[in-house]
Amino acid sequence: MASEQDKLLEEVTNREYQYGFHSDIDMDVLPKGLNEEVIREISRRKQEPEFMLEFRLDAYRKWLQMESPDWAHLKIPKIDFQDIIYYAAPKKKPQLNSMDEVDPELRATFDKLGIPLDEQKILAGVAVDAIIDSVSVKTTFRETLAEKGIIFCSFSEAAREYPDLVKKYLGTVVPSGDNFFAALNSAVFSDGSFVFIPKGVRCPMELSSYFRINTMNTGQFERTLIVAEDDSYVSYLEGCTAPMRDENQLHAAVVEIVTLDRAEVKYSTVQNWYPGNKEGKGGIYNFVTKRGICKGDYSKISWTQVETGSAITWKYPSCVLMGNNTVGEFYSVALTNNYQQADTGTKMIHLGKNTRSLIVSKGISAGKSQNSYRGLVKVSKKADNARNFSQCDSLLLGDKCGAHTFPYLEINNPSAKVEHEATTSKIGEDQIFYCNQRGIDTEDAVGLIVNGYVKEVINQLPMEFAVEAQKLLQISLEGSVG
Amino acid sequence: MLKIRNLHAKIEGKEILRGIDLDVKAGEIHAIMGPNGSGKSTLASVLAGNEAFEVVEGSVEFNGKDLLDLSPEDRAREGFFLSFQYPVEIPGVSMTNFMRTALNEQKKYRGEAALSASDFLKLMRDRKQLVDIDSDLTNRSVNEGFSGGEKKKNEIFQMAMLDPKLAILDETDSGLDIDALRIVANGVNKLRRPDNATILITHYQRLLDHIVPDFVHVLYKGKIVKSAGKELAYELEKNGYDWIKQEME
Repeated sequence: MASEQDKLLEEVTNREYQYGFHSDIDMDVLPKGLNEEVIREISRRKQEPEFMLEFRLDAYRKWLQMESPDWAHLKIPKIDFQDIIYYAAPKKKPQLNSMDEVDPELRATFDKLGIPLDEQKILAGVAVDAIIDSVSVKTTFRETLAEKGIIFCSFSEAAREYPDLVKKYLGTVVPSGDNFFAALNSAVFSDGSFVFIPKGVRCPMELSSYFRINTMNTGQFERTLIVAEDDSYVSYLEGCTAPMRDENQLHAAVVEIVTLDRAEVKYSTVQNWYPGNKEGKGGIYNFVTKRGICKGDYSKISWTQVETGSAITWKYPSCVLMGNNTVGEFYSVALTNNYQQADTGTKMIHLGKNTRSLIVSKGISAGKSQNSYRGLVKVSKKADNARNFSQCDSLLLGDKCGAHTFPYLEINNPSAKVEHEATTSKIGEDQIFYCNQRGIDTEDAVGLIVNGYVKEVINQLPMEFAVEAQKLLQISLEGSVG
Repeated sequence: MLKIRNLHAKIEGKEILRGIDLDVKAGEIHAIMGPNGSGKSTLASVLAGNEAFEVVEGSVEFNGKDLLDLSPEDRAREGFFLSFQYPVEIPGVSMTNFMRTALNEQKKYRGEAALSASDFLKLMRDRKQLVDIDSDLTNRSVNEGFSGGEKKKNEIFQMAMLDPKLAILDETDSGLDIDALRIVANGVNKLRRPDNATILITHYQRLLDHIVPDFVHVLYKGKIVKSAGKELAYELEKNGYDWIKQEME
């Protein structure tokens, strides 16, 4: 622990974005721009079954009719969708038997990111589906999981090898025409992860996937689909880092989760895309559609997110509580610094009887950033005895940042019980001074206070991610006080 | 240990300290008394490095170092401790984590090795026992939801953990019932050693029944106007501050 703290201190004093490097890997890219031919080419290169191409083209046609949403509390620069590369893949498509065959540079990249691919890290018990840009390069633990009938693979592979499953669930939670960015993703998604947990199986390890943007001007469009059959359980972790870039990069992912009777899915995210420099230049635009449907009775979906990165975050992980007695949870920490903008929150849609939802949102704003919570709690006519509790807290550091809360309630059933609590506070000079007087410097004091403030959310993360998340928060805030 | 010379300090343009002189040697206990608004708490805050106050004149030497030149955290690391009159709450930060961070930062400054988790926990158990504090206290967040008395006891516990060379207790006795007062006083007495020193800032003589000071000073309008042995406290208790005021006018 002592060396752990030293390491943390060292990282805190490291002033620049630490994952801002660029690796040279031979890439196979399609020309910039988007049209039906590009979509056909993506589908062809991925050797997808026919239904996938149809899904993509249908989405593309819907997308053409749509406009970029402008209701969020964000200033979004105009994005030229014809100036983006929609497909990039490492040239030598690896069919690898061991880690030794992986491109050394790629491995070095993974090492810098600390992705647990090597033997030593396998001991840590994390199965990884690592993605560099578009193609999944290496998947570990597949055999162990396969013994239990669990499928954990890249989306492209799933489309080829389990077309029936993919066809059955793809687009059932987030329809291709759901919103502008979901439609775009549905048309051009490059890769992502597919998880299937069969009836009665409790996934024995945390499934984790790392995403990383790595080619200049390549928008990344991941697609993740998680299906948990009756009485199953899985915990899925997603962590993101991206290299430093001057040009803005678009990221529009879609995540769909389906839980059947008594199934439970826990989805945790630690997001650290490049946020832009201190002047607000560069940084990732992150427009994500994440939604889960508790289809079966007594099933549960829990979202936990720690968002510290991206220049712009537009993200509302949601739960559709369709089955009776289903539970939806949303735990969120969103930290913005410098010129970052975040508009994030959740939607809890109560459809079944005795459904419950819990929202715990902790916003932290520093620098000149803008941080908004936007949440919808909807109780439909037939959702008897629905319960919701929402807690939305905002913490301000300094006086040039903004925190905003936009709660929406649509209650159509008189038996519903909905509670909303909101607080806004500033880190007190007196709290910092108290820490100082005990020998803790201001930077560490802020880290300590902030980590205390977000504890409820961090506690939801698996242990190793919790540690990582705490470091991220501290690193992201350094230099913002005093 | 501590040498204060002609210390002047102001807040928001108003001069509160108007030339303080004070010498504290190792092994001594000093009590600073005085009516409300005389500058007692200001003196504690200025010595701790609270930036709300501006030092306009004077010097403070602490173990040969220029105290006023050090950041608040470095003052603490040099062995200066303030027991706050109003300890603040830090929600979500456990006492254990808080103390461990503080102690290890201080050790690092002095070039000592950080304590291992087990050594730290052992020290914490030991110190809790020494100052007679409920073990429940360290499982909670820093001062969060603590009663007034618990907060004060927690200050003494932190003092016991950090083992300072010089501690200033800013009205640690105010608002305490008799049992809490006894616990606080016993803690201070047990921590007393020939190589450390304590300054008690207090309104009432009551605390001085439990902790016997070597010197009592009366602060009035930003100056120390009277210094004597412990008998001065009794005199103040009996006659109030009016006679001092009269003497001064």
